Amino acid sequence: MQPLILAYYFFAGITLFSALFVVLSRNPVHSVLWLILTFFGASGLFILLGAEFLALILMIVYVGAVAVLFMFVVMMLNIDFKEIKSRLTKYLPLGVLIGLVLFVELGLVFGDFVPALSPKGDKNLLINEEIENTRQLGLVLYTDFIIYFQLAGIVLLIAMLGAIVLTHQRRKDVKKQDILTQIYRDPDNSIELKDIKPGQGL
Amino acid sequence: MIEIQHFLILSSLLFLIGVFGIFLNRKNVIIILMSIELILLAVNINFVSFSYFLGDLTGQIFSLFVLTVAAAEAAIGLAILVCFFRNKGSIAVDDANVMKG
Repeated sequence: MQPLILAYYFFAGITLFSALFVVLSRNPVHSVLWLILTFFGASGLFILLGAEFLALILMIVYVGAVAVLFMFVVMMLNIDFKEIKSRLTKYLPLGVLIGLVLFVELGLVFGDFVPALSPKGDKNLLINEEIENTRQLGLVLYTDFIIYFQLAGIVLLIAMLGAIVLTHQRRKDVKKQDILTQIYRDPDNSIELKDIKPGQGL
Repeated sequence: MIEIQHFLILSSLLFLIGVFGIFLNRKNVIIILMSIELILLAVNINFVSFSYFLGDLTGQIFSLFVLTVAAAEAAIGLAILVCFFRNKGSIAVDDANVMKG
């Protein structure tokens, strides 16, 4: 056996095993931890496939941001998970059935599958072994795909704004500055002149 | 030698685990969101493996955009989940019945 095949089976085993436990785990915190392990296995597979940049992005974005976000939400919401899990076995036959149907469909497609051996793409999109993966991605991402790159940025911006707007709470007991009220305040209504006689209080 | 079939089988199995998880954890929205992440990861593995075996970079670029959209989707989904929990006090899918759907 070649070491490459061994590495493939190692990472594929980690990915599938931990993905199964993401789904089957009883405690959502454990699920998130298994999800992190799944992403590590997948990024190992990406490195095997020569996509170093995507592998590292997968670790940074998924393990560093998305999985931590999941962890944060799981721990922040005080949920009674025992009550949720009590009806787990009810959906098991349906899940297995749907999984089997999908598996048979994919198997039918796979039986008729012949890989195309020559790329049909643009010349500068062909993978060049002499240039690093990250540099080559950058060379096309900022030129040929600049519009999609910018659109992805807009998608992320809108997602950020949406998440903030959805979760932001306005609290009644915190005093805040109301600029319009300040601007429209008028000396005639706010100041009152009193004529106080000497020796007397107000 | 690693063939493309290895990766196709792996990604289809990962996809199936994700779909299976959606049906298995019908009550817990958090696990459903994680299953969606698994499905998107399977799609990414497919893209990258075709990119490698065809010697074409397009798959990796598409995979990058899939990753972006998946991150945005996770953020929005979890924000909606937090809102839902504030209003209903639970995250069970069965409690989302305001529209009688």
